[in-house]
Amino acid sequence: MSDDLRDLYQEVILDHGRHPRNRRMIEDANHHARGENPLCGDKLIVFLKVNADGVIEDVSFEGQGCAISTASASLMTEVLVGKTEKQAEELFANFHALATGGEAEPSDELEDEMDRLSVLAGVRDYPVRVKCATLAWHTLVAALKDEQKVTTE
Amino acid sequence: MIIAKAEPRGVFDVEQIRTDFPILGRPVRGRPLVYLDSTASAQKPQSVIDAESRIYATEYANIHRGLYYLSERATERYEAARRTVQGFLNAKHSHEVIFTRNTTESINLVAATYGRRLLQPGDEIVITGLEHHSNIVPWQLLREERGVVIKVAPVNDDGDVPLDAITGLFTARTKLVAVAHISNVLGTILPVAEIIQAAHAAGARVLIDGAQAVMHLPVDVQALDADFYAFSGHKLYGPTGVGVLYGKEELLNAMPPYQGGGDMIRTVTFEKSSWAPLPQKFEAGTPAIAQVPALAAAIDYVTALGLDRIARHENDLLAYATEQLTAVPGLRVIGTAPHKAAVISFSLDCAHPHDIAQVLDNAGVAIRAGHHCAQPLMERFGVPATARASFGLYNNRADVDALVAAVRKVQELFGQ
Repeated sequence: MSDDLRDLYQEVILDHGRHPRNRRMIEDANHHARGENPLCGDKLIVFLKVNADGVIEDVSFEGQGCAISTASASLMTEVLVGKTEKQAEELFANFHALATGGEAEPSDELEDEMDRLSVLAGVRDYPVRVKCATLAWHTLVAALKDEQKVTTE
Repeated sequence: MIIAKAEPRGVFDVEQIRTDFPILGRPVRGRPLVYLDSTASAQKPQSVIDAESRIYATEYANIHRGLYYLSERATERYEAARRTVQGFLNAKHSHEVIFTRNTTESINLVAATYGRRLLQPGDEIVITGLEHHSNIVPWQLLREERGVVIKVAPVNDDGDVPLDAITGLFTARTKLVAVAHISNVLGTILPVAEIIQAAHAAGARVLIDGAQAVMHLPVDVQALDADFYAFSGHKLYGPTGVGVLYGKEELLNAMPPYQGGGDMIRTVTFEKSSWAPLPQKFEAGTPAIAQVPALAAAIDYVTALGLDRIARHENDLLAYATEQLTAVPGLRVIGTAPHKAAVISFSLDCAHPHDIAQVLDNAGVAIRAGHHCAQPLMERFGVPATARASFGLYNNRADVDALVAAVRKVQELFGQ
């Protein structure tokens, strides 16, 4: 196995790809959206339960995809619980920068979360895979805005 | 005119043939290139590359109008290529060969001219469940405009479309049958001769999408009695930007022009214009002057090797690759029709096609992963996508071995 491939498919990604966390439906979700990457046929739904203070109490996803998109969705659900909608958007902006080769500049309170997400930074060397990594996040933003559907193409 | 196709002699020396394709000599990601995506687009032999550059270097000018040496030479080359295609398809007349951009444009041409002028609301077009989007969407656009009805013959579990699945859809309103000769995803070879015969008996015309066929088997449009036959140059080891529509003379004459512009007219006044005869009627504007002769060079190349021998070589590779791949645990081959060209779609239970293609690319093995412009077919088999390895005349058993070794690497990485 070459180092390039190991950079892309780190153990954490393989683990989350095989055993995704929070892949379930939230019955009483108050936001959800569908995301689709027509290039590879990946489809997922992100569910959110946001309380009156704008804090994400629960977040989950359903769907099948490649290892990168599944791991990204799984990691996303883990870092989002307890965050405000505003923090979620900041994480999205930083994750997007990380995945596309820009500089992530998270505020101090989100540094740990960005550290966890940085295992996906390897996609920046594979333009086609950036969409796999960001699909769940684009879908999250759509769900927060109550847009029903988003596509990464 | 019957053009005899001499059977070339001698063994099919794939190692010698590989040296004709300069790109096969370049490393990819530090490894020798294993190119298994010829179904998407084939690599080019030096003779095709030379033919295109020779036009630009020595014989280039616009064609059909120039009253000077270079224009006459370029025109001769262009029209000689038309006769080469005529011989390749065994068309009755060279003016039944229309140059287009690609198969997609050829099919759109028929939909926009034959479809718009000669089909009525309620007329039925029969296609199959394994069509490429380019043989689905043009008919849907026509349906929106003209109210035609599209009927789809179902694909069975082997990835085959039996003749009666198609003929069972025929009614008195069936006017056109538009089917792939070979599936780009499954490799299934459809019984086009029988389909055409049955369609004609039912009073329907037939368009064959030959994009995946002309490089795998000999095609004789007169023996088939095809009404329309479409293919692309770039999948036939030829250049991009040029495709072919064959159409029977009487049909092409009955059809209105496709695009208006230069070259396709006889006279133009602001009140009324009249059309040039075939084939110029369908070739508005400056065509692919350098690419059309290069397509002829590609045809000369495969004809010299012999399509029968190419088919035997590819069938041998297909059998070997199928045997090797099906021995991999957890690997499912999608498309197991008895008559197949050298295309293998597969999935792995441990990895998504996208991840398969990524790991294979790292090993220098180029395959396609995705829906292959055949989303309805993906739905039919209940998969979001497949990995697809396709073989051309330059592939060898070492390519198959590299593929299988790389697939086993995928399992190492994603299995457990």
